[in-house]
Amino acid sequence: MTPMTTGPSPVGGKVKLTPAALTLDDGTSFTGLAVGECLEASGEAIFITAMSGYQEVLTDPSYHGQIVVFTTAHVGNYGTNPGVDQASSPQVAGVVFHELWLPEALHWLSEADLPEWLRAGKVGALTGVDTRSLTLHLRDKGARNGVIAPASAGLEVALARARAVPSMNGLDLAVRVFCKTPFKRPCAWEREEGSPPVYRVAVLDFGVKRSILDQLNLQGFDLTVWPGDTPPETIGGERPQGIFLANGPGDPAACSYAIRAARHFLGRVPLFGICLGHQIMGLAAGGRTYKLPFGHHGLNHPVLDRDTGRVFITSQNHGFCVDPESLPPGVRANMWNLNDGTVEGLTWDDAPAFCVQFHPEASPGPHDSRGLFARFRQMIKEHDAQA
Amino acid sequence: MPKRKDLETVMILGSGPIVIGQACEFDYSATQGCKALKEEGLRLVLLNSNPATVMTDPGLSDRTYIEPMTADVALDIIRLERPQAILPTLGGQTALNLAMELHEKGALAETGVEMIGADPDVIEIAENRERFRRTMTALGLDIPVSALANTVEEALDTAGRTGYPAIIRPSYTLGGTGGGIARNRSEMELLAWKGLNASPVRQILVEESLIGWKEMELEMIRDRGDNAVIVCGIENVDPMGVHTGDSVTVAPIQTLTDAEYQAMRDEALRVARAVGLNGGCNIQFAVNPRTGRRVVIEMNPRVSRSSALASKATGFPIARVAAKLAVGYVLSELKNGITRKSACFEPALDYCVVKAPRFNFEKFAGASPVLGLEMRAVGETMALGGNYREALQKALRGLENSLLSLEWRPGTGEDGLGGDRERCLEHMKRRLAYPEPDRLNRLYAALKLGLTREEAVEITSLDPWFVMQLEMILETERFIEGPLADAIVSGGLPDGEDLRRVKAQGFSDAQIARIVNAKKGTFIPAGDITALCGRLGVSPSFRQVDTCAGEFLAETPYYYSSYDAPPAAAPPAAPGEGEAPAAVAPGRRRKVMILGGGPNRIGQGIEFDYCCVKACQAFDAMGFDTVMVNSNPETVSTDYDAVGRLYFEPVTLEDVLAVCAEESPDGVIVQLGGQTPLNLAMSLKEAGVPIWGTPPEAIFRAEDRRSWNELVEKLSLLQPPGHMAEDERSALAAADEAGYPVLVRPSFVLGGRAMRIIGNSQELASYVRSFAESGLALGPGSPILVDKFLDDAVEVDVDAVADGERVVVAAVMEHIERAGVHSGDSSCCIPPFTLPPEIRDEILRQTSLLGLELGVRGLMNIQFAVREGSVYVLEANPRASRTAPFVVKATGRPLIEAAAEVMAGRTLAEAGFLEQEPPKYFAVKEAVIPWGRFSGAEVLLGPEMHSTGEVMGVDRTFGHAFLKAQIAAGTDVPLGGEIILTVCDRDKPALVPLARELAEMGFTFHATPGTVRSLEENGLPSATLFNINDQRSPNVHEYLKSGRVKMFVNTANDPQSIRDSSFLRAEAISCGVPIMTTIAGLSAMVEGLKAVKSSHWRISPLQDYHP
Repeated sequence: MTPMTTGPSPVGGKVKLTPAALTLDDGTSFTGLAVGECLEASGEAIFITAMSGYQEVLTDPSYHGQIVVFTTAHVGNYGTNPGVDQASSPQVAGVVFHELWLPEALHWLSEADLPEWLRAGKVGALTGVDTRSLTLHLRDKGARNGVIAPASAGLEVALARARAVPSMNGLDLAVRVFCKTPFKRPCAWEREEGSPPVYRVAVLDFGVKRSILDQLNLQGFDLTVWPGDTPPETIGGERPQGIFLANGPGDPAACSYAIRAARHFLGRVPLFGICLGHQIMGLAAGGRTYKLPFGHHGLNHPVLDRDTGRVFITSQNHGFCVDPESLPPGVRANMWNLNDGTVEGLTWDDAPAFCVQFHPEASPGPHDSRGLFARFRQMIKEHDAQA
Repeated sequence: MPKRKDLETVMILGSGPIVIGQACEFDYSATQGCKALKEEGLRLVLLNSNPATVMTDPGLSDRTYIEPMTADVALDIIRLERPQAILPTLGGQTALNLAMELHEKGALAETGVEMIGADPDVIEIAENRERFRRTMTALGLDIPVSALANTVEEALDTAGRTGYPAIIRPSYTLGGTGGGIARNRSEMELLAWKGLNASPVRQILVEESLIGWKEMELEMIRDRGDNAVIVCGIENVDPMGVHTGDSVTVAPIQTLTDAEYQAMRDEALRVARAVGLNGGCNIQFAVNPRTGRRVVIEMNPRVSRSSALASKATGFPIARVAAKLAVGYVLSELKNGITRKSACFEPALDYCVVKAPRFNFEKFAGASPVLGLEMRAVGETMALGGNYREALQKALRGLENSLLSLEWRPGTGEDGLGGDRERCLEHMKRRLAYPEPDRLNRLYAALKLGLTREEAVEITSLDPWFVMQLEMILETERFIEGPLADAIVSGGLPDGEDLRRVKAQGFSDAQIARIVNAKKGTFIPAGDITALCGRLGVSPSFRQVDTCAGEFLAETPYYYSSYDAPPAAAPPAAPGEGEAPAAVAPGRRRKVMILGGGPNRIGQGIEFDYCCVKACQAFDAMGFDTVMVNSNPETVSTDYDAVGRLYFEPVTLEDVLAVCAEESPDGVIVQLGGQTPLNLAMSLKEAGVPIWGTPPEAIFRAEDRRSWNELVEKLSLLQPPGHMAEDERSALAAADEAGYPVLVRPSFVLGGRAMRIIGNSQELASYVRSFAESGLALGPGSPILVDKFLDDAVEVDVDAVADGERVVVAAVMEHIERAGVHSGDSSCCIPPFTLPPEIRDEILRQTSLLGLELGVRGLMNIQFAVREGSVYVLEANPRASRTAPFVVKATGRPLIEAAAEVMAGRTLAEAGFLEQEPPKYFAVKEAVIPWGRFSGAEVLLGPEMHSTGEVMGVDRTFGHAFLKAQIAAGTDVPLGGEIILTVCDRDKPALVPLARELAEMGFTFHATPGTVRSLEENGLPSATLFNINDQRSPNVHEYLKSGRVKMFVNTANDPQSIRDSSFLRAEAISCGVPIMTTIAGLSAMVEGLKAVKSSHWRISPLQDYHP
């Protein structure tokens, strides 16, 4: 091997690179260089068009079990920073870069370089990949399963492994990432006489991002985070004033426990769902979900709120989608994706409930729609006043 | 919120002449705006004084006024055309200022015209530094500590609070004119005074210095429904302290975390909301690299140079969308023309875009080349690459500054890198502290010498990420010198993948060859490296700029090349849709490829963009597929919907050949993009590329001095006697033979670079000696030309089209200044205003002879000099000329279309382009020169071109047309008052009658003793002003500053007096006093003044001149 890699030459880099490839289940294979010894990784390969926020993406439980392909040219420039992880460890199965920054990251916030962080997190990572061709392939042929394997493994072996990866359809991945025991996360609001009230909100965890919990806390919610499969009766026992259905990975239709819980609370307690939580609420209302060819993964998706005429630029990360045709009367798709006309949000006419497909908490991404957390608080407040 | 129903007629303001800080990006913006509004069925009225623009093409608007951009003229037009609204946000600061002036005078209210795109309050908040500061403070946003000052004393006071260094920013100026960095009290005194003078409202902002901070820009669009998108974030590689127009910049932003970026985005949205923006804007931030502290610097409530760059970098047409928003739409109602998805989105990039500025300091002898807050770049080039290094090196090679990308060449008085390493390095460190145009090249050279990364960051304040990118390039260079050079020189084949990786770092074949040759002492031509790449199957992939990083199928073809795509182990069966090779596109028509001119520079600018765009339209109309190759983000020709297929690539041999390989055009056009593509003609032909139009051999025949002399002799034409010289001795001999004064110049240069008129042998000797120092070659391969200078001759330009059998002259232009002033700086008139008919006929005859003999097919421009009844031919250029767009606008003749038809194989007769009588009105072109930007530089018209732009005045008499052109060029034309006259002896006789006419018009004179005597002898009174050397008061210098002087007439014809009077002309420029440096110019001015005093000028659109 020459001292140069496809992308960066390892100036001051201590990183060893190993020839490797991402092989997809349709037999195509994209060469690259693994960071360190090649860690094998398998899962559904999807691409994300975000130009910043890689650390948030890699720690987002919604990406659990996926191989994430970054389309942006350079990743890792500012290293890894404190306080931005969305979970306690990296969640992706593997990651593919066009050019990973291998030398030292000298940003003032950097704690560790990304290659080192990836190795510590045991994430199979490839750099120097023709991500443009890979992305166009995934766009034209749809997201597909694949495997990151050393070149020495050979194409046939890699292909066989890629074909052995289970299909995302019907796969409950949430169960792998939600918390195993409930925990409390109180907010930091003052609790003096005359202060605005603090509400009790139960979070159904399907792989919740830390920044969602942060945003809920910021609204003055004392949170109890429940494992996603906790029976609704148990949760209801704590008399939550609001229920939040979290984001998470996998096929929502496979999460029957969650659908049952949502159905249980709909109309009784104010409900707000994000991403997988949104899909589950759609299913609970009697709707259907379907898989998009390659999903929405990026920080630039325009969503029109038909009720207000306002457009949010949103952070998105989902492979499944609610079918608007399947919704019963009383459940309105009020938010729409301006790119492909898919449903981005639901609101209930006769129940204190709404949900969005995108990520108002951002992290990474634009903050345009953070006001939705305040809307949830308003909904709880109104419901509380009626009760 | 759909289109407003109450608008029928909209007036659009252009940006006037090209000046530094306001270049052809506004032609691009306003052209896009015109197209966007035309689609809406609106009647468009356009005002722009610049005839070289695409937007002033009569087809784009209903009423096209090429008239001075003053409030009076604009009001006249409003009264004539009755628009309901005026759109000032597409024409830069000029348009914004003009609209504000109309508003402040109450003219808009009086005529019931609404300002759309940005209302006066929006402009006021964004542009008035104090209101902006208060608005930001109210929002709780961090801004630099600052205060406004209206006097030098106030400025010094404020600096006491901000500390030094402190920044000076004049209010209401463009491109940072008059701004600066004061490092101490005495610098503050000087710069505050300069800044107050530069500001039209005599106000400056004194501000805390943020030098060395990261500089970020966000290009944003917001609609009246409060929906907003950030189209592009741009990071300046050069930190704060270098004007963003002079900085190398990169998109997307590379060194901010998502949290930092999103917080900045939030602030930008809040700023736009607080200001009340409806349209495009640009917001600048500074970020402290050590703490992340972020401050808002400024906001432009209009499309800008950066927004043009952002549009080209992302594929998002900001000006088009802004125009639609101005007439009522909201973002969610508009479509992204590239993906057919919503226009309300933020583009995602899967490549790097680097913009690099083009400078012309060498043309302004005496001006310091240190970059600062005031923009000095005259053009820019943009490149896209798979990674930053590839994009950077592509951008740098696109600059055409004679350097191969990061190559470094020692400047005047500097050693090369061969000397003592330590001493060299110390010297480099000192120079790097003050950024100059070649700073990245210098930094690269210093890293090569062993400068550490830490030192580099410390000295330059570049983010370490950018320094490390240079280190990576350097590491690749070491690989080229080592293993790659070994393989190449030993005749073996290097590994193809190694070579591809080298190419993916942005190295050109020429650069690789030079590195190998320098290391091995070989003479391998670049073509060998190209051939090697071919043998090893190393070729670039062409990728689409699709606004969405591949997420959606893009329908609009806009491409760049990259080597940064490793081959797949098992590739997909077919390339991604939309990126299929062009050659296999079904149902293809015949295909023509047009080469653009690359970055603007003095001598090669917007005029060639106009020619390229018009030709594309003409070829398209004839049924051809058109392909454009260009690297200039400011142009209309790099707008994805102006051409069939756009390749955003450097216009170099290697890059053009790669596009040819991809596209297999039936013909390539080299005659429309100026000297840049013309220089490639022969090599392209040798590489087997079909060149359409005038054959490369004919181009060579006209350019090569020897064959040109033979041609002139063969046709029995006259030319000034002269010779080529390769050294001092032969230059002196040649001059003796021709007789002094002589005109000397290097061969093959642009814009009269280093061209001088020389009066004696001493001067000639020192000129030749100074040659090497200024980085110009002299020797057997690159001789200088020494010609007899035709003193006091009238110069004439001719633009014509030839088809091989016939030459049709489109216009004869008579220069107003006499021979010795570069044709690009001279004002000129269509039709000629003094030439007798027989001379004109002789010129037509010679044009025809030359066109036929050269075998021109397409455009040609010939320059003649007329003296004492004889016509001398000076040069013939078988290509589009700088004057071509002026000719089109002045005469209404489809010059470019005719040339396109000829190049496509038709005859002029078939094209219907035949001789016509010259017009009955007069059109005068005047040049605009950026003297004010280069303090210390010599202010005198001469054989070296200095102008960046032009304006046109058109009216029924020469006088009216000339005066309009002067006013349009920004001259504060006086109708009476005091004039200072100080002319050389040669000019004294000619001055007298002009002075008499001026006196009759009510002007009074102050003059230097010699001129006073000459006037007195002719009965003309004048007050005496002493020369500085006389050490007596009142002297010229004092009087110039008095504020009473309305015009300064100063001619000088020998080097000593030129030097002596130099600072006076500079003083006049900085005091804003109109200055005339030739008697011919003064004579035209007198004619103009007489004309406007006897009758009012007439404001008319082009549509009335050429119905």
